[in-house]
Amino acid sequence: MLTLLLILFPALAATVTLLLKGDTAKRVAITAAMLELVLAAWIFGRFTPDAQSQFGFDYPWIGALGIRFSGGIDGISILLVLLTGLLVPLICLSAFRQNYSRPNSFYALILFMQAALMGVFTARDAFLFYLFFEAALIPIYFLAAIWGGANRVPVTFKFFIYTIFGSLFMLVALVYLYYQTPVPHSSAITDFYNLNLTPSAQGWVFWAFFIAFAIKMPVFPFHTWQPDTYVESPTPATMLLAGIMLKMGVYGVIRFILPIVPEGVDTWGMTAAILSVIGIVYGSIIAIRQRDMKRLIAYSSFAHVGLMSAGVFSQTAYGVQGALIQMLAHGINVVGLFFVAELIFDRAKTRQLDQLGGITRTTPKLTALFMIIMLGSVALPLTNGFVGEFLLLKGVFDYNNYLGAFAGLTIILGAVYMLRMFQKTMFGQPSANTQSFADLTGSEAWVLIPLVIFVFWMGLYPASFLKLTEPAVTNLLQYVK
Amino acid sequence: MELLCILIPLLPLLGFIINGLGFRKVPTALIGPLALAGPVVSFLSVIALFSNFRAGGNQPYKATLFDWISVADMQINFSFQIDQLSLIMLLVVTGVGSLIHLYSIGYMKHDEGYGKFMAFLNLFLFFMLLLVMGSNFVIMFIGWEGVGLCSYLLIGFWNTNTSYNNAARKAFVMNRIGDLGFLLGIFLIFTTFGSVEYSDVFQSAAGMSVGDKTVLAIALLLFVGAMGKSAQIPLFTWLPDAMAGPTPVSALIHAATMVTAGIYMVVRANVLYTLAPQALEIMGGIAIATALLAASIGLMQNDIKKVLAYSTVSQLGYMFLGLSVAAYTGGMFHVLTHAFFKALLFLGAGSVIHAMSDEQDIRNMGGLRKYLPITFWTFLIGTIAISGIPPFAGFFSKDEILAHVWEHNKILWVLGVLGSAMTSFYMFRLLFLTFFGEFRGTAEQKHHLHESPLSMTIPLMVLAVLSVVGGFLNVPHALGGHSMLAEFMAPLYEGSQQVNPTAFGGPVMGASEELMLMAISAGVALLSAAFAYVLYVRNAALPAPDSDPRSLPAQVVYNKFYVDELYERIIVRPVRALGDGFYSFGEFVVDGVVGAVAWLVRTASGQLRLVQNGSIGSYMFAMVLSIALIIALRFFVNWTTVLGYLNI
Repeated sequence: MLTLLLILFPALAATVTLLLKGDTAKRVAITAAMLELVLAAWIFGRFTPDAQSQFGFDYPWIGALGIRFSGGIDGISILLVLLTGLLVPLICLSAFRQNYSRPNSFYALILFMQAALMGVFTARDAFLFYLFFEAALIPIYFLAAIWGGANRVPVTFKFFIYTIFGSLFMLVALVYLYYQTPVPHSSAITDFYNLNLTPSAQGWVFWAFFIAFAIKMPVFPFHTWQPDTYVESPTPATMLLAGIMLKMGVYGVIRFILPIVPEGVDTWGMTAAILSVIGIVYGSIIAIRQRDMKRLIAYSSFAHVGLMSAGVFSQTAYGVQGALIQMLAHGINVVGLFFVAELIFDRAKTRQLDQLGGITRTTPKLTALFMIIMLGSVALPLTNGFVGEFLLLKGVFDYNNYLGAFAGLTIILGAVYMLRMFQKTMFGQPSANTQSFADLTGSEAWVLIPLVIFVFWMGLYPASFLKLTEPAVTNLLQYVK
Repeated sequence: MELLCILIPLLPLLGFIINGLGFRKVPTALIGPLALAGPVVSFLSVIALFSNFRAGGNQPYKATLFDWISVADMQINFSFQIDQLSLIMLLVVTGVGSLIHLYSIGYMKHDEGYGKFMAFLNLFLFFMLLLVMGSNFVIMFIGWEGVGLCSYLLIGFWNTNTSYNNAARKAFVMNRIGDLGFLLGIFLIFTTFGSVEYSDVFQSAAGMSVGDKTVLAIALLLFVGAMGKSAQIPLFTWLPDAMAGPTPVSALIHAATMVTAGIYMVVRANVLYTLAPQALEIMGGIAIATALLAASIGLMQNDIKKVLAYSTVSQLGYMFLGLSVAAYTGGMFHVLTHAFFKALLFLGAGSVIHAMSDEQDIRNMGGLRKYLPITFWTFLIGTIAISGIPPFAGFFSKDEILAHVWEHNKILWVLGVLGSAMTSFYMFRLLFLTFFGEFRGTAEQKHHLHESPLSMTIPLMVLAVLSVVGGFLNVPHALGGHSMLAEFMAPLYEGSQQVNPTAFGGPVMGASEELMLMAISAGVALLSAAFAYVLYVRNAALPAPDSDPRSLPAQVVYNKFYVDELYERIIVRPVRALGDGFYSFGEFVVDGVVGAVAWLVRTASGQLRLVQNGSIGSYMFAMVLSIALIIALRFFVNWTTVLGYLNI
């Protein structure tokens, strides 16, 4: 039942927010997001580490067709539920200092987005999943198209077409799978795990899913919508996209592709893993040369998600567990980084690295928090990024030694572009734009502090998270063998 | 024991947290004592641990704190291992570390980032202690990367200077190249042995036979990590640049402790290296090349810290040279004595720089022995020690390495002695130019010349004593000694002896032969020193100004063999060009191709549907559409009822 509340509550709060005006809307929205976080944290605390789906709900929906309105949380979902619960209030808080026009719609869309995301991560019925998968696109589209930068219209249109295009393939695959289930048909995701599909069917179903998820993540070469969208969107929307939404793709691969079409993965997994690894190196090398902070982070995010995808396609416990914990870690780090970029843009009126510098002179708090998040992002041991990256690389290395070594370039290239960004913004002589740069205000610090706590918690004692995902992953991987 | 194990790294960490969180809040007078307390108490704890260990019959001890990462069949504990090797490293790290902390109080007190500096030093110590105490490769890796971070933070400590920042970044990135090798080595270790715990890995390795391909790969991958951290060809160019950091950092991190981590790692994994003689051959080649290349660059440098930096690279080469002929104790012995005399030399250089108002060019010094007597005498001791002149520390450790090299390969030995001649020359050149002759600086500098405060000279004196007597830890039998260190460390090599007794035990050379070798290397060192004396004291020669024309070979050496320029051309610029190319052209092409494919699929599927008399395709299409519609309808109906209940 709690799962249903997790989905309905933000939707309800969004509707209420929509009816309010100005600052009241802001306050209601953030209070609701905080309550949702309490709920998500409670679920996280009470979650039993076994392979069962918990806190679930299950109603007949389209009874005649065997389609059910059913959701629940298992070890694959739990960290993403926590991530969504944690990030949305911080995203709201980070937007607080900005005066976005029509705040009621703005915050309502964020909350609608949260409801849809919670739905995606908890749906147990394939069509319900699809519904939320598509529904999540609508709020983010409006957020980007209404509050975005100068170039927003063509950019968001491209983003929209791209993702719709991808998910149509998935829909076809879902309908096909539905008709493969024994009569009376069922669309429960777990029922898809036991189908006897022919190898050729596995092949095309693999690609139908893969294209949908690859566009979402994105995986090379389906990524060209991403940097522009990240840059043009208002920062809260960028945070939603990079922090949570791209995880829908990785989640989808774990939930659908691995267990439903294992033979398809056998045949095509290497291709997908190679594409993912190409993305890591390609994205990192591009990131090294970026001048705009936001675009740099966008490419770094593209590179990082490539590693998650490659790890999942390694079909090893290391790769899948690594991807699950890395999704949480990456969400935390990337939101922190985008927030710092926003904050710098706000004060210096530019995000161009060559026009920044010397910020650390007046900002000990910002420097320390930014540095910690940056280190998490370059996967320094004892920070959150290390655990995930270690497991992912181990998974890819076990899958194929050379691919693992090539993917490992991320630890070198990641250091190159992240340290470059940090140096060009924080160190050196101050520029005209950064002469009198104010340190963090209270509410700004409180966006970053929870993130930093997670950076250390996950880095020092990852068992709190890995233990929850382990049984579900073990269970899931049985279908792969 | 367990409590002591936890306390040792925890105390410096506490110091970091207090001085770090309290930056600009902790009163200046308290910063120093707070930062010093951690290392000193840690040092005392190490001594307590050491005596416990001796009392307990030298039995290795393991303390498991918690289960850190465990996934599937891989379990990585956060645990410490106390044995001969970690104890030696612990003594050096906390002992020399404490002295350098004390020195830093005097050296950095007036810097506006004093508190931050001390905090970073504490943090460095914490990670260094993890590195040497960890009981498995992954904990070592935590320390390994952690010290890299601290090195980065401290090299770029004066962060308004862009070239310092670049040096810091270069150090981090080059180390990360090595770290990738290390990480892949760890993966391969796990695949091969099913564990990353030293005790498990080395025990199973002891049952393998020499020449195993996988072990060779592991040994080489780990060595790539060591090359980065311990500045060996081709990953050495970051270390001279690292001299941008404050001088105590150069002494602690870039001479005495962090850069020797690579040697520690090889000694730790000595079984694996004994199993892979080819890896040792490669190591030997790289080591001697590094030793000679760096020493030759050192001959012509004029920056007091750069000379010492190239000297460090060169001495690290000697340590690996020792390891490459299975003289694991010799390598560690040199780590130990080098920690004493090189820390001493760097701190002495810091004292000189301090007195000279931040001047580092030895062409502008001279005659300082009158003004800085303590610094001079201690620096002289350090110089004698590093040059390998008996009976100071460096003589014994270098000699042990060279004696083993002689047994292994005579040509390597000749090259080694050549390097030690260069070492003696550039060190005495440095000494004479700095402390002898007439003062060549400005009147302003002359006016400010002063001996450093006690907080700085006490560490100098302690280290000088250690540089004199440190060699007696392992006096060879030929000189009537009893190889104390070698006996203490012997249990570490049991596995190695088991897998390859011949390469390990080896024929012991006669006492007369060994004495002759010693006489040659000591004689060569003395000759070089005398040559430097004639050149720079008797003839009062001065290195030429930068603008003077140089002969081609001199030009090449003076410009450090253009290695940085080479890397810039073959790596840095191509990667940048690739980045620009991918961004401006690649992205455009990818976008176009994906668009074109999408268009093709749409068109082709349209064609296909017409060909296939419409049945499956249109059926599917209609079905998709209707399901979408039903879902959407149902969705909205649900919503209206929900909203209806709430009267909105």
